[in-house]
Amino acid sequence: MSVERLPGIYDCDIHPAVRSMADLEPWLERRWIEHFRTYGAIRNQHYMSGAAYHKSQPNASRRDAWPPEGGPQGSSLEFMRTQHLDQNGIGFGILNPLVSSQGVRNLEHSAALCRAINHWQAEQWVAGEPRLHASIVVPYEDPETSADEIRHWAGDRRFVQVLLLSRTSMPPGNKRYWPIYAAAAEAGLPVGIHAFGNSGWPVTSSGWPSFYMDEMVGHAQTSQSGLVSLVIEGVFERWPELKLVLIESGFTWAPSLLWRLDREFDILRSEVPHLKLKPSDYIRRNVWWTSQPMDEPENKRMLGDIFAWLGWDRIMFSSDYPHWDFDDPTRVIMFPATDEQRRQFFVDNARGVYGTR
Amino acid sequence: MRIDCDIHPGVSNTAALFPWLNDHWRELSVVRGIEDLASINYPDRSPLTVRSDWRVDKGRPGPDAATIGRQCLDPFGSDIGILNCLFGVQTLFADDLAYAYVRAVNDWLRAEFLDRDPRFRASIVISLENVEMAVDEIERCAADPRFVQILVLAGTAHPLGKRLYWPIYKAAVKHNLPIGIHAGSELRNPPTALGWPSYYLEDYVANAQGFQYQLTSLFTEGVFNRFPALKVVLLESGWTWLPPLLWRMAKYWAGLRFEIPWADRSPAEVVRDQVRFSLTPVDAPPDVDQLRRLFDHLGSDQLLLFSTDWPHAQFAGTDVFPPGVDPALQEAICAANPLATYPRLGGAR
Amino acid sequence: MARRIVAPVSEFAPGTRRRIDVDGRGIVVFNVKGEYFALLDKCPHNGGSLAQGVVTGLLQSTTPGDYSYTRQGEIIRCPWHGWEFDIKTGRSFCTGIHARARPYPVTVEPGSAVAEGPYRAETIPVRIEEDYVVVDA
Repeated sequence: MSVERLPGIYDCDIHPAVRSMADLEPWLERRWIEHFRTYGAIRNQHYMSGAAYHKSQPNASRRDAWPPEGGPQGSSLEFMRTQHLDQNGIGFGILNPLVSSQGVRNLEHSAALCRAINHWQAEQWVAGEPRLHASIVVPYEDPETSADEIRHWAGDRRFVQVLLLSRTSMPPGNKRYWPIYAAAAEAGLPVGIHAFGNSGWPVTSSGWPSFYMDEMVGHAQTSQSGLVSLVIEGVFERWPELKLVLIESGFTWAPSLLWRLDREFDILRSEVPHLKLKPSDYIRRNVWWTSQPMDEPENKRMLGDIFAWLGWDRIMFSSDYPHWDFDDPTRVIMFPATDEQRRQFFVDNARGVYGTR
Repeated sequence: MRIDCDIHPGVSNTAALFPWLNDHWRELSVVRGIEDLASINYPDRSPLTVRSDWRVDKGRPGPDAATIGRQCLDPFGSDIGILNCLFGVQTLFADDLAYAYVRAVNDWLRAEFLDRDPRFRASIVISLENVEMAVDEIERCAADPRFVQILVLAGTAHPLGKRLYWPIYKAAVKHNLPIGIHAGSELRNPPTALGWPSYYLEDYVANAQGFQYQLTSLFTEGVFNRFPALKVVLLESGWTWLPPLLWRMAKYWAGLRFEIPWADRSPAEVVRDQVRFSLTPVDAPPDVDQLRRLFDHLGSDQLLLFSTDWPHAQFAGTDVFPPGVDPALQEAICAANPLATYPRLGGAR
Repeated sequence: MARRIVAPVSEFAPGTRRRIDVDGRGIVVFNVKGEYFALLDKCPHNGGSLAQGVVTGLLQSTTPGDYSYTRQGEIIRCPWHGWEFDIKTGRSFCTGIHARARPYPVTVEPGSAVAEGPYRAETIPVRIEEDYVVVDA
């Protein structure tokens, strides 16, 4: 089946990389430059750099994505243009930096790194490339400082969302994080929660599994827990206008989770009198998902069922460029879909959440 | 024929088990005030823990065979009921204390239920705090053919696929006992990978994610390859989440095969061969057509085992099946599937 | 089908690979321990360029904890999602996925049968100097 590319599609998940942490020095005080050189950026996991569950490929990225001029995959704007933006017809790409900063245990250091990364995005990436848009990276384990960071950039059109990582040290709906949602709502910005981070807890509810494969499959479950928390704690009741995007979390799990949530809510309603709507009503009003990684059933039409059950209005294309498990936009909808549905998926839904070019 | 694969007898307090503790453990329990081991997995008076028409004024529902026979087997027309005791012995940290209570629970099941009504079968309760002692307890109870399964919880200290647990699977296969993984947690880890939720509602929903992590671990670690005769039953887990999990597992396996080169069957094949799910809760879609389509996604009529999950409140009246399940499939779920899963039921036709 | 020259044998050492374009289709040729094999340069999964993948051996296991690593240099991993293909046959190694990279027949022809000059198969006075590798594409 040949799939026509829609011109100027939205890509809701692109990962820019630093060539090294020295790239951030223009926006860091001397104190933090020295601190990083001496102590690094220590997180809730084993290594000074890299990930506890070793990736399957260097930098968890495509092997054909190393820029010709050198540097890690995703570190060259020029190469990102040729290999991805131009090649795949991206008209509106959202940057989600996964550079060491969020979840760094020294909260002041975390805040300094986040501020620097936000400058780096705005000045090194967005300024020179109108197709790219930045996310406000915040030190979420310090919610008040995160709110300050959001307010600092609010109104700056280079930024289209607030970014959190999925593995927070408490479930993300917990009241301690509410200053973040308050500031995002006030600024009229969506909140994107991207898989990864280091909560400090084992990556499953039954301890630490052995394999990177367990971790990658497990992101679906971990993101489910985050969504449940946001709904049940009442974040969407408190901020009915807030838009929440689950990024790189999978989405085929969502219909069955919504059925389960509604059923449990029905039985246990007396525990949560602050909720005025049922969980699926909140979710269908406030939550969107990005499409990557697209699941691969043997019968691709089953994906069509999931889209129909969850709603074609809720899922937005994302590539995850330059990571290895990325999705090519021409290969991602391989089941019957109308032109209208494709347009929703590649353009309209994201335009509704993030705005226009 | 109908076999109910998930019924919960009620231990009202530790004193109910005293007849099966020796002097030392009994007196220690009294002296220290160890009155109850019920965990936060099922708060006694939550609307989910006991359906309103099954409530009791004192103690907990289902303390004996007559009660469960009258309130569960008879009204649902079940010929056999498999008892899964959820009294929280898995919470105990000290190996010997844990096993005093584990043995007492299994002895209580035998004396109060298996010996009193031939319709009852039971799962052998174990604690994973000490794997050697777990194997000893399995050996002890397996001699009695009315024990048909080994019971563990969905939330464990380590993922169930890890090799430290393999002596239990070896014993399970030796004695034709499926491993039953039941909703609930040992609480060695918080209910989610993000820590402790604020509401019980979240804890209970989180069981589904817990089962998904466990199934993934059992697959990646090669438990199904090493023990091709092992059956694993997910109890009170829900099952409508299964197809998307299998798709995601297969996708990542294709690129990460080098981490788990022993995997010789796809996740879907492994589940069809060796994994089953109790029916209740269904967590059904609101629409009959969606449910029918979901059965297509599952790709097998052999996965589900009839259960009421008595006395939990999962459905109204006797409407265990949601609308849209073919009568022929219902029959298989009620009898053929459980009989194929639990070899020790073999004499029960 | 047309025959296309890939490279002189002498310049195409074991453990290396070449990629050529034939009418818009990429073909990647590998020298595996002195033998030549070629694949369409398009992973059957999502179209990634196999030419940019990493060559490895084949890891197999009969049981958890047991590892047998053989056939080093005979397996290509797609640079995108890491799917593995037997360079010699195109066969992939994941039983849940039924995909095969399209193999192309490769022959080694002596230098006298083809034109001199790099990578051309036109009929031009022949200079016999060394063997060439050619492809039917």
